[in-house]
Amino acid sequence: MVKKGIMTFQTTPSIASTGVTAGPLERKSPFNEQFDKVYEDERSDLTTNEQGHAKMIEDASMIALSKIDATPSDADYLLIGDLVNQMTPSNFCASSLQIPYLGMFAACATSVSSLLMGALLTESNLSTCALAGAGSQHNAIERQFRYPVEYGSQKPKTAQWTATAAGIAVVTPFKAGVPKITKGTVGRVIDLGTTDPLNMGAAMAPAAMDTLQRHLKGHRTKESDYDLIMTGDLGETGFTIFKELATRQELDISSNARDAGEEFYGKDPKFLAGASGAGCSSAVYFSYVYNEMMKGTYNKVLLIATGSLLSPLSYQQGETIPCIAHAVELTMK
Amino acid sequence: MSIFITAFIVGGLISVVGQLLFDVAKLTPAHTLCILVVTGSILDGIGWYEPLIDFAGAGATIPITSFGNSLTHGAMAEAEKHGFVGVLTGMFEVTSSGISAAILFGFIAAVIFKAKGKN
Repeated sequence: MVKKGIMTFQTTPSIASTGVTAGPLERKSPFNEQFDKVYEDERSDLTTNEQGHAKMIEDASMIALSKIDATPSDADYLLIGDLVNQMTPSNFCASSLQIPYLGMFAACATSVSSLLMGALLTESNLSTCALAGAGSQHNAIERQFRYPVEYGSQKPKTAQWTATAAGIAVVTPFKAGVPKITKGTVGRVIDLGTTDPLNMGAAMAPAAMDTLQRHLKGHRTKESDYDLIMTGDLGETGFTIFKELATRQELDISSNARDAGEEFYGKDPKFLAGASGAGCSSAVYFSYVYNEMMKGTYNKVLLIATGSLLSPLSYQQGETIPCIAHAVELTMK
Repeated sequence: MSIFITAFIVGGLISVVGQLLFDVAKLTPAHTLCILVVTGSILDGIGWYEPLIDFAGAGATIPITSFGNSLTHGAMAEAEKHGFVGVLTGMFEVTSSGISAAILFGFIAAVIFKAKGKN
């Protein structure tokens, strides 16, 4: 059954291990204990923000591989992405790792789009070990999309704080005792015409709802079937809208829905509406959610990563913000 | 003493306008900045900005609107002396010290310091 972006993985590719790295500020995250490596320096002790960005993704990849006693030469595919122009941090990371590389771009939804690609390659017997994931580095991404941090620009409380983090998952054929990728839904671009880049949550919430509805309908499941439904980086503003949209669609997600971005900095108002960035959902999904599944807290989880597909140029030309959300369903069984 | 009070109030009011453009009109910092500069420039063009400086002193010269005022001021002063070409040369005559200072101090700060996020 493969239809209109609704995917079912018969062979249940598995996430054999994960690796998550984060910057020094991310110590303030309630998920801090779950990260594998936290740097003392925001540039990972390298010269530029972008070099530090690449190093974070590389370290997360190496940590994930080391947990299954593997090296980069054992890996078949590297499916990663980030938010810098032409994804140079991912490119430099791929240059260093020398794993066959497909750059993945779905903005902040890359954690799930890369996981779906990893599951597809595994399901079709083309891969036995695929690395999937994404990262973001605060200073590099603020410069890319907004203003250099030294400009000290003010932001409204609907804005989000780009997380410095990277998360990598190793996708392998069926393996007992680890989370399995059973289903997925590829998102459609939803653009309701918002233009405010300092309120991405409001732009992305309808995309998350569209994907949730398509996933539930396409796979004939109910929202109550999931122990956890976690969106990627809607933030406080976007997640509030998401819950309101759910109520209007008569979906009851009050007890099992959470947002990684809203919780990433412990709802501290200094971080405005919460975290965003490709590293936000990757870090939370591949550390906290993965670990809780391993512990048995959650058995069936639906991850809906959200991304704004704008560029600084498209914004300057007055274009609206096209958004996407990809969903993946994990089960422990 | 009263000049301190008027400077405080007028400077504060100009800043309030900037904050409202940012928070209520949802403009970006760059748009807010440009609107204030253009407003200062237009106000000087119709002859209102100089009286404001006389009234409020630094309350009118410190906000970015004063940069717009200086652009128009220089252009008009040079235009009187040299005609149309003066508009082009005059625009940066008064403002050149501000622009040069921004470049110079920006350069010095960039050489000495390294930008950091918060820790």
